[in-house]
Amino acid sequence: MEQVQLTLTVNGTRYSRPVEPRCLLSDFIRHDLGLTGTHVGCEHGVCGMCTVLIDGQTARTCLTFAVQVDGAEITTVEALGTPAKLHPLQQAFWEKHGLQCGYCTPAMLLTAVELLSNNPNPTRSEIGEAMSANLCRCTGYQTIVDAVESAAAAMKGEAR
Amino acid sequence: MSAPAVKDHPIHRRWIGQSMKRVEDPRLLTGRGKYIDDIVVPNMAHAAVLRSPHAHARIKKIDASKARALPGVLLVLTGAEAVEQTGPLPCFANPPVAQYCIAVDRVRHVGETVAAVVAESRYIAEDAVDRIEVEYEPLPVVVNPGDASTSKGDAVLHPDRGANNIAHQRTLTFGSYDEDMRSADVIVRRKVRWPRSGAQPMETVGAIASYDEGTRKFTIYANTSMYNYVGWLMAVSLKVPAHKLNIVPTIAGGSFGSKIFTHKVLVLAATLARACGRPVKYVEDRLDNMTSCDNHGSDRIYELELGLKRDGTMLAFGMKVIDDYGAYLQFGVGHHGNAAAQLTGPYRIKSARIDLTAVFTNKCQQGAYRGFGSEVNNFALERIVDAAADELGISPVEIRRKNFIQPEQFPYKIPTGNVYDSGNYGAVLDKALEMADYDGWRRRQAEARKQGRYIGIGLASCQERSVFSSTEFWFWNHEPGFALTSSPESVNIKIDPTGKAFVTLYSPFWGNSPETMATQIVAEQLTIDPSDIEITYADTDQGLMGTGPGGSRYTVMIAGAIAGAATDIKRKLFKIAGHFLEASEQDLELRDGRVSVRGTDRGMTIPEIALQAYYFRLSLPDDCNSGLDARFTYDHPYTTQPNADRTDLGVFYPIMGHMCHIPIVEIDIETGQLTYLKYVAVHDCGTVVNPMTLAGHVRGGTVQGIGSTMYEHFYYDEQGQLVTANFADYLIPTLKEAPPNIEVGHVVTPSPFTEYGIKGGGEGGRMGVPPALASAVEDALRPFGVKIDTLPITPMKIRDMIRAAQQRKG
Repeated sequence: MEQVQLTLTVNGTRYSRPVEPRCLLSDFIRHDLGLTGTHVGCEHGVCGMCTVLIDGQTARTCLTFAVQVDGAEITTVEALGTPAKLHPLQQAFWEKHGLQCGYCTPAMLLTAVELLSNNPNPTRSEIGEAMSANLCRCTGYQTIVDAVESAAAAMKGEAR
Repeated sequence: MSAPAVKDHPIHRRWIGQSMKRVEDPRLLTGRGKYIDDIVVPNMAHAAVLRSPHAHARIKKIDASKARALPGVLLVLTGAEAVEQTGPLPCFANPPVAQYCIAVDRVRHVGETVAAVVAESRYIAEDAVDRIEVEYEPLPVVVNPGDASTSKGDAVLHPDRGANNIAHQRTLTFGSYDEDMRSADVIVRRKVRWPRSGAQPMETVGAIASYDEGTRKFTIYANTSMYNYVGWLMAVSLKVPAHKLNIVPTIAGGSFGSKIFTHKVLVLAATLARACGRPVKYVEDRLDNMTSCDNHGSDRIYELELGLKRDGTMLAFGMKVIDDYGAYLQFGVGHHGNAAAQLTGPYRIKSARIDLTAVFTNKCQQGAYRGFGSEVNNFALERIVDAAADELGISPVEIRRKNFIQPEQFPYKIPTGNVYDSGNYGAVLDKALEMADYDGWRRRQAEARKQGRYIGIGLASCQERSVFSSTEFWFWNHEPGFALTSSPESVNIKIDPTGKAFVTLYSPFWGNSPETMATQIVAEQLTIDPSDIEITYADTDQGLMGTGPGGSRYTVMIAGAIAGAATDIKRKLFKIAGHFLEASEQDLELRDGRVSVRGTDRGMTIPEIALQAYYFRLSLPDDCNSGLDARFTYDHPYTTQPNADRTDLGVFYPIMGHMCHIPIVEIDIETGQLTYLKYVAVHDCGTVVNPMTLAGHVRGGTVQGIGSTMYEHFYYDEQGQLVTANFADYLIPTLKEAPPNIEVGHVVTPSPFTEYGIKGGGEGGRMGVPPALASAVEDALRPFGVKIDTLPITPMKIRDMIRAAQQRKG
């Protein structure tokens, strides 16, 4: 199949790759770039596992063709922190037990990044509204809200 | 085996009981989990599957020529071709039910595998799937389980197993059932329908298989379990000797039982790899998973009866149950073995009867889902207890309290023969009532009702049997078949020359916390700091027996295994230290990673001893060989044989947890919407290793139970089409459907039979919600006289019930 040259920035690195027009952004990120922290759950846009930030806004990569994001700046979970130096959100998810199997976690983290960049001081209800975009089958969600609330407080402290 | 000796549990604990942050998390939080779809094997090709659009049909002809002609396609394999190399899948039923990784001649449910394609990319493989032309001859479709006994001719799914679609029929009676029913003042009867729902973890099932022509050996990476228990059965399917198959576990993005064996996917990937001479990756997409997975749960129709004295004393509990198993049997009717472990719940019921009819229909076969059939029994029992309370005019609290097994009666043998190790059900109830402010809410409910608001207070007090044994899989069979009695778990601990602990587990991570549990228990046993402990998972080549998580067993079982291995290591530490310190071993103690002579400051640290053990043989005692490691296989703590006529099933699930759930809800009668005002869940899982992760299981299981109760349903229409085969139609609770605050409480009644007194807690939440929430809805709608006997209770159904009641009233 005919390929199209795609140029984009992912986690600060610029990539230029030929892709099939039908290639999903989720597959491009996972298999072409090897960034497997972005997961795939339903491939029909419901579960939210494949969420990344496209130019700072959350988007479902299973419903996006890679060629649609030519020139865009993508952020995946790999950009947040490392096991040795966790991002405050990752630290809060760890402390508050905001994950069990970990499969939805990257999407949850990026959704929270977007929320806190727009609203650094959200109420629990606002956190719930934002995070309800993604499914989690393990936690029952309560500790995810706890984690985002705790991270917001920690990040405010850092900013001060 | 008689009852095991009662264990003495140490009171002072350093690590067990701490809410330690999970060891697993840093890599998961940073996207470095390495789930099955993240694994890359050099030169691997990709598979996709053609699924049956028919519920029941003969495969007349498959023309794959257009698919094979597509550039990039490496292989198209039909069932007729696959069966030349690969035999039927493992089946735990007796007599077995033949099921193949690709259907041969006939498809029996929508979504069954008809052919598979291997190509250079998944995209090409899926293109090729669309080019396969299949000629089907549709056969009569059986959807209604009630039709199974009268099915004949082509409507019979497995003619080799009988003349109709009854898969298994047997009645078991425990105790003097008829006599007890005759002596009852009241017999309460109720019909209850539990529909099919499923685990639906966020990650589907996958496998990457390769076949090495040089060693003539398969290697399969997979997010599976039980590979170190019965993984060799897949070698039998593949027709290779067991030592020519190595299964390498990857972590699983959730299981909830559904990834307990996953043999269809593993055997398919391996068959394709061998046939095309390349490593093959096959990962289910969501449609594959929903239509053909191993996670469809129980699907039961009950006619229940409970005999009581007028004062509410329960005497006998019986049921006719039809279970719609779908097109095949994987684990026999083991789900009903499981339910028999706690058939009569926390109550002193003298006798019981189960009249079971398991049937075949044209639906995906059942697998394992959090509760494995016992959650359904909890629902049935608690619903009829509520019905009895209503009929006798006793409060739901008092009828339960009156019938609870009392703390001094343990160990307690229930009518089925299973033994409950310990419990304090009154204490759990009291704590839940207090946390919920039950009486306060009863007052608020009455006030609200005057204002036209519908508040409901639910309550369920049920069992969570934990630590399964293997007899439950076969004791229902007329001919037991392979009547296994082992279900052990192993661990290997190596202290390296620098004093670090390497712990090998023989079962996988599937969303639970095996590394954290093992770390806390090893730290406790050897007084090693958790940061000095490394956990790895063995493949089958390196495998000792490991039955795996499931049945809420893993923490209890590895605690036993770790204690066994740690005892051997401590013996050697003491021997070497005693030799160097010129002290008697009786005078030594292990504390904070150091063996010292009691009452002195003389001692050796574990790293100092380990260095000697590894490199200074000539300095060791004569009867000490080099190294410092131990392995231990811990058997199930308490299993006994069922008797021949099955009037006593023996002990098979003795580590008995308990819970009380109290949801307080408000229903908007105009829309049917339910809002949580409060949710209290009090559990008794014995000694708690990590309160934080246990609360995680309780809360997560509770929301999963809310899904089963309120929203989720694998709904097959009259043609056998699964109309809820995606996440837009199969409704998993989002954050908005979850209670904002599930208040978790614990009562601790240690098990006398396990290490530290731990009981399992992995399934608990889901096992308590359905009856608790159903009773809350029923209570809220009491003015309408609504009875909840069928799940799920969707908002639409709530509205229908209210509308019907309003029309009845005129």
